[in-house]
Parts: sequence; C-alpha cells; structure tokens
Amino acid sequence: MANAIVEIKDLSFGYKGRLLHQGINMTFPRGKVVAIMGGSGSGKTTLLRLIGGQLKPSKGSVLVDGEVVHTQNRDGIYRLRRKMGMLFQQGALFTDLSVYENVAFPMREHTDLTESMIRDLVLMKLNAVGLRGAHALMPTELSGGMARRVSLARAIALDPSIIMYDEPFAGLDPISMAVICDLIRSLNDALGATSIIVTHDVEETFQFADYIYFVANGVVAAEGTPDDLRQSSLPFVHQFVYGEKDGPVPFHYAAPDYQHSLLRGAR
Amino acid sequence: MHKIKRMLSRLGAGFVNKVWRLGAGARLFWLTLISSGESFRRFRLTVREVYFTGVMSLIIILVSAFFVGMVLALQGYQTLQKYGSSEAIGVLVALALVRELGPVVTALLFAGRAGTAITAEIGLMKATEQLSAMEMMAVSPIARVIAPRFWAGVIAMPILATLFSMVGILGGYLVAVPLIGVDAGAFWSQMQANVDWRHDILNGVFKSVVFGVACTMIALFEGYDAPPTAEGVSRATTRTVVTSSLAVLGLDFILTSFMISV
Repeated sequence: MANAIVEIKDLSFGYKGRLLHQGINMTFPRGKVVAIMGGSGSGKTTLLRLIGGQLKPSKGSVLVDGEVVHTQNRDGIYRLRRKMGMLFQQGALFTDLSVYENVAFPMREHTDLTESMIRDLVLMKLNAVGLRGAHALMPTELSGGMARRVSLARAIALDPSIIMYDEPFAGLDPISMAVICDLIRSLNDALGATSIIVTHDVEETFQFADYIYFVANGVVAAEGTPDDLRQSSLPFVHQFVYGEKDGPVPFHYAAPDYQHSLLRGAR
Repeated sequence: MHKIKRMLSRLGAGFVNKVWRLGAGARLFWLTLISSGESFRRFRLTVREVYFTGVMSLIIILVSAFFVGMVLALQGYQTLQKYGSSEAIGVLVALALVRELGPVVTALLFAGRAGTAITAEIGLMKATEQLSAMEMMAVSPIARVIAPRFWAGVIAMPILATLFSMVGILGGYLVAVPLIGVDAGAFWSQMQANVDWRHDILNGVFKSVVFGVACTMIALFEGYDAPPTAEGVSRATTRTVVTSSLAVLGLDFILTSFMISV
C-alpha cells in the first residue's frame, strides 16, 4: 500500500526457542490511529520494538516509510527512529531530570535550537498535554497519569510522523484514562501523524481507533474497524471484546490432568 | 554416575557463563571507548559524574586515610624502634601509602561507595525503561550514560588515591611526631630522601588509573547487564563489590610484580 507509513510483512519472531509471532502482516496507513490488541503476553509490545528496530525479526520484515528496518546499520536505524515517538508503559521519564528537561532532551540531542526556542517549544508541548504548570517538577513528584502525559509531550517533542503507545491506559484512573484517550486522537490529528497503540483496553480503544488488529497465538486473529469487530462472530474476538472468562482462550494455563496431579502427592 | 554428570554439566555451564560475561564486558568496554568522542563533546556530563563519584566519595576516603596513616605509624614505630631506626617511620608510612595502600584501599572503598551507586543507578534506569526510551529517541545510552560515568571514574580514582596518600601521611605524622615524639626533621627528610618520584609516586598513580578503569567498568557492566528486576539489581550490586575487590587485589599483584622487575 503506497499510503502506508509502517508495514509488517510476513513477520516471524522467536525468543529463547519460543516462537512469539508466526507470519504477521499489518499495515498502518498515514494519519490513522491503529490499535494492536491481544491478551497479556501475546507479543504486542514486541511488535513495537520490532518496528523501532530494537529487535530483529527471525523472518519477514518491517518497513518504515518504505525502508526495511532490520537491515539498516546503527545510523540508519537512528535516522528512522527520529521519525518515531514512543510512549512507554511506565512513562520511562529520566528521573534525574526535571519535567522541563525531560521534554527538552530530544531537542537538545538532535537540534541546534537556541535556548529561547527550546523553551518556547517545551512549553508548547507541555501545554498541549495540559502540564505547562508542572514544568519545574521532578518525575518523582508526578502522579502516574501526569507522568504518562509528560512522557507523551517528550514523545512528540520533535513532531514525529509515527507515535507508538505501549499500554497507554494501564493502571490509570478513569479521568486520566479519558484524558489520554482524548490526547491520542487530538495529537494524532493535529500533528498529521500515525498512531500505533498497543493495548488490551477494549472500551477506550474502540471509541477512537480507526482500525484494530487482534493478535493471538502469534498470528493476526482478526482485524477490522471497531464496528466490524463488535459484530464479529469469531469466538476469540467475541470473548475478548465482551471480556468473557472462558472461551477459546482458556482460564487455565496448560497443565496435566487435575485429578492426576493431586493424586501424585506433593509434586 | 548421573549425579556426577549433572555436576559436571553445571560446572561447564557456569564456566561458559563466566566466559560469556567476560566477552560481553569487553564488548561494552570497547563500545564505551569508541563512544567516548561523542561524550567528550559534552564534557559537562562527565564533570557532573566526577562530582557524584569523586567528590561525594571524599569523606569516606579521607577519613579512612587518616586512620590508616595513624595505624601505620603506630605499628611501624613498634617494630622500627626494636632496631633503633625509629626515624625511618616517615619513609615507612609514605612508601606503604604511595605504593600500595593509597591506590588499593581507595579502589576498594570506591567500589563500595561509588561502584555500587553506579550499578544500582544503571540497573534501575534499565528496569524503568529509561535506557530503552533513550535508544528509541535515537540517543545512544552508551555515549550518553555509560561513557561519561566511565571517564568520571577514571579521572576521579587517581585524584582520590593521591588525596588518600596525602591525608594518610598527615595522620602518620600526627601520631609519630607530636604523639610519640619522633624528630620532625628526621621524619620529613628521610621521607624526602627515600621516596622516588618515578618508582614510587608515578607507579602508584599508574596503579590507581588501572584500578579506576577496572572498578568503573565492572560497576557499569554489572548495571547494564542486570536483569531488570529488584532481585536482579540487588545481585548485580553485590557482584560489583565482589568482582571489583578481587579484580583490584589481583591486578595489584600483577602490576606490582611488573613494577618491581622493571
């Protein structure tokens, strides 16, 4: 697809002898908000690391802006990463720097802007996430939701064309969650960026995502717009969307027969 | 039979693991060296780390030095006076400090004070994805985080060791001259006559530079290699102290034997 900014082609990835992904195909069109959903441990975050070039696929490839990521040398990967911004699950703010310095960090590293321009830009980015007033605080003085927003301001510091979110809603209260939801959509549209969101929060994601991929057992189990997926008759998707305890995804981790285990005694 | 086989395979796995870690450490050392140019361009970062590793270690180093010097004078005097050469106490204190105790004790204290701090900091930065975040921002954590700390350690160690020797000699002087009553002129002039600039002082400084490289690199590697969990970081911190101390004592023997034979 010519309009795609990120493409994942027939990607397989294994880790410590365990195959996590087996032939995944995904397309992320420019300007859209695309979510990758799936249960915990289904390798969603790994997909973001593969897009960012922190991991190499065992088979297949990831294309960012038409360039294969894993064949690039270090400079090439760093060049591609300058087009990306990533929001980490726990924020990953630098604890020895203030909120202001955290947001200024990418600008200081990659540009020769004057101090007054950096100041204007940092305050603009912080204002966009509603935290201009918190610029002098240290990361330890922030709540979880605030830290996530500062991290978002840092991720968009250099106006990236791809913004990746790793579990942006995990562990947030309902108000912070609504704020982040709103920010993801509005920043995406304001910057003309493409957003890739890895999450398992169905309700929030279905409200604002343009397209959704479901990952299960190392393959794309289902894909479509939120409306398509709500009406999907696939048992896995139904279980996930409606949060049913048992279904194709079993409640129990694979184990030998229960009665047998108990009768064998203390083993 | 089965037990022996299992023991052998565990021994082998442990050995392979040690070799692997040595290689990984050497690789990190190499990457640090080639990233140094990048970090020297922002020397402010290194200066900041010199403050954290060097200046913040001053108190423990100087207080220890003072006591070590005083004990050296007491013990030395006991033995020297039996041979009627108690004026040589100045030489004894100075040589012991400048050649051996200055560099070695400083390095051991440095490993406990600054090395553990470095390991815990880097390990936690890794556990909280700060290093990963840096990489995703196209900033090399080796140039931005590792190299400045490495050079700070290499710069701080010889300075700390020199201060250790100076304060130790002062402590020795206070015990030998005002307390015991050795002649001050003899104390200083014997020291001046018998401590050699190249063989004693420069060799001592050279030792402390080598210890600086070893201790800082071990601390950095343990932090960088630590599993990103509470247990992982705590084990890495312990390993920093154990490995650094053994490395310092082992290297000291090797360096001393070369210095004596040359």
